Amino acid sequence: MRRFALIFLPYAWLLALFLVPFLIVLKISLSDIATAIPPYTPTLDFSQGWQGIRAFFSALDFENFAFLRTDDLYWKSYVSSLQIAALSTLLTLLVGYPIAYGMANAPDHWRPTLMMLVILPFWTSFLIRVYSWMGILSTEGYLNQVLLKIGVISEPLIILNTPTAVYIGIVYTYLPFMILPIYSALERMDGSLLEAAEDLGCSRIKAFWLITVPLSKSGIIAGCFLVFIPVIGEFVIPSLLGGSQTLMIGKVLWEEFFNNRDWPVASAVAVVLLLILIIPIVLFQRNEQKQREAEE
Amino acid sequence: MAQVVFEPWNDPKAKPLIQFKGVTKRFGEFTAIDNQTFDIYEREFFALLGPSGCGKTTMMRMLAGFEKPTEGKILLAGQDLAPIPPNKRSVNMMFQSYALFPHLSVWENIAFGLKRDGKPKDVIAARVDEMLKLTRLQQFAKRKPHQISGGQRQRVALARSLAKAPKLLLLDEPLGALDAKLRQATQFELMDIQEKTGTTFVIVTHDQEEAMTVASRVAVMDNGRIIQADTPARIYEMPNSVYVADFIGEVTIIPGTARKSGEGYEIAYAEGMTPLYAETETTFDNGETCHIALRPEKVAISAERPEDRRNAVQGKIIDIAYLGNLSTYHVALPNGQMIKAQTANTRRLSRRGFTWEDTVWLSWTDTAAVLLKG
Ligand SMILES: Nc1ncnc2c1ncn2[C@@H]1O[C@H](COP(=O)(O)OP(=O)(O)OP(=O)(O)O)[C@@H](O)[C@H]1O
Ligand SMILES: [Mg+2]
Repeated sequence: MRRFALIFLPYAWLLALFLVPFLIVLKISLSDIATAIPPYTPTLDFSQGWQGIRAFFSALDFENFAFLRTDDLYWKSYVSSLQIAALSTLLTLLVGYPIAYGMANAPDHWRPTLMMLVILPFWTSFLIRVYSWMGILSTEGYLNQVLLKIGVISEPLIILNTPTAVYIGIVYTYLPFMILPIYSALERMDGSLLEAAEDLGCSRIKAFWLITVPLSKSGIIAGCFLVFIPVIGEFVIPSLLGGSQTLMIGKVLWEEFFNNRDWPVASAVAVVLLLILIIPIVLFQRNEQKQREAEE
Repeated sequence: MAQVVFEPWNDPKAKPLIQFKGVTKRFGEFTAIDNQTFDIYEREFFALLGPSGCGKTTMMRMLAGFEKPTEGKILLAGQDLAPIPPNKRSVNMMFQSYALFPHLSVWENIAFGLKRDGKPKDVIAARVDEMLKLTRLQQFAKRKPHQISGGQRQRVALARSLAKAPKLLLLDEPLGALDAKLRQATQFELMDIQEKTGTTFVIVTHDQEEAMTVASRVAVMDNGRIIQADTPARIYEMPNSVYVADFIGEVTIIPGTARKSGEGYEIAYAEGMTPLYAETETTFDNGETCHIALRPEKVAISAERPEDRRNAVQGKIIDIAYLGNLSTYHVALPNGQMIKAQTANTRRLSRRGFTWEDTVWLSWTDTAAVLLKG
């Protein structure tokens, strides 16, 4: 009985918060656009009884998915999103790993403060933080002002509304998601392992590659997925910092919903996005599972 | 069988493998190792024994290269160790926590050090197999450290530190986590390995029985100093101080004042009591304070006063500690001094002579007790 309750609870959770919304979106993606509220047909009308339900189902079709294939904007956006997500995950890792490493090797009494500093940005609105990057990166922004002043450049750099700005924004925003799992893996590591490696003939650098990196692997993988998965669907950062040049599926989704008010196509975009995301999500879960098993 | 006695420390021509020369180690204000000078010889099994925090691990870490002496020098085969980093020393350490690499298999753990030396693959494989056989781990080669038992892990750590055939092997409480049986088996295994490989061992232990079993010499430490370094037998039979006598094994310490009498000394230990007598090589002034150290197994217990012994005292049994093969009687003399006496339990329990509150005679020979200064 207890076992049943234990299994049932997470499944009920999943059902209510994931499966039901997903089915609603799926249904919209199979509907047709309409000038109505909500802006699609058919809607389920129980007052018609069995007849109504039959009519409802017969009106559903895959037109919108077929439409996604006719315009190459869509697949280009998916591919571009994946590329941007992959590259920015790599960049976040390159920035985040040294920070996590530094934190894990800092004196004990420093660690809570450092942890605070990593989490601190979450205390202000995400939107405000991205807006402030606009202020920093724009042609007349702080960055250019400073660089011009100290004479590093003579012409202002054009960063805002380029992919570079998007990468900067993503790395900045998602850095804590990379740092925290890596930090927790590094912090758990027994320091005497490195001494043992040195004792057996490793230089410090070699010991880092042979011991520290493999032992923080699960943290690296977790951090990468925690960045990669949400970045694929990211929309605020590319729309505010990336201008019209940056193609990302999140932005396309937003435009379909709110500019074109084409909910069915937008839903189809969302469903495909979800299908794409399932692969990394499953891999992420695998990693977590393996990690837990290794710790037992 | 004729056997050459292994006592390089008594041989002035022998070259020590390790020399500590006035080594002091401070952590801030705290002195962990206090101006130590001593030698360890090749093929020795040198045990460091002492209470927690006396500096045993610090000594090992200096040898391995993880700590630098604040003052003084450590030489290995005549070469100053100070500028040599840990990865360049022909010294390997078996860590107290084993420090096995959790992401590598038993085989890879043992091969780790060999691979760093860039040896050819087949040489590495042969050496690892040899180590696996030596530590009886063949069937666990493919497992990860978390898939084997504590005792097996300990043997992996041992195999890993032995694999590179270091000149010097440091073992920091290597058997701490094992049960009594396995511990004993491993102790003999260690001695066996030492015999076969000829490596010099320095072992840290909390367990004096272990030190006595495995070591060629035992160093008893206190507060960053080696108080006495000698063979187990001499440490036990001829401690140089009350501290060592008290630290090793069970002992009764009786304070008193010495007075020359014939071959030995008469020791007055309480007013109105006949002085005790002990023969010793140490010389005492008349009236000098001294301590008698008396091992319980050298004290005989009897109902009647033994005629042939000069040292005989009467007392009452306060407590009996039954140890299976032995029983230790705690006997109080009229002045309150407690003396421990041990007898072998050769008879069954019901037939044993003495019980609580019995008045008994304790006696020992003229040479049984050790007379100590201070
Ligand atoms: N890195 C350090 N910083 C400050 N003090 C230290 C440091 N390492 C050791 N000490 C101190 O030096 C003393 C000796 O420590 P050490 O670890 O050598 O003891 P030990 O004899 O191995 O004890 P145990 O038997 O408990 O392992 C202890 O009092 C310890 O607190
Ligand atoms: Mg220690």
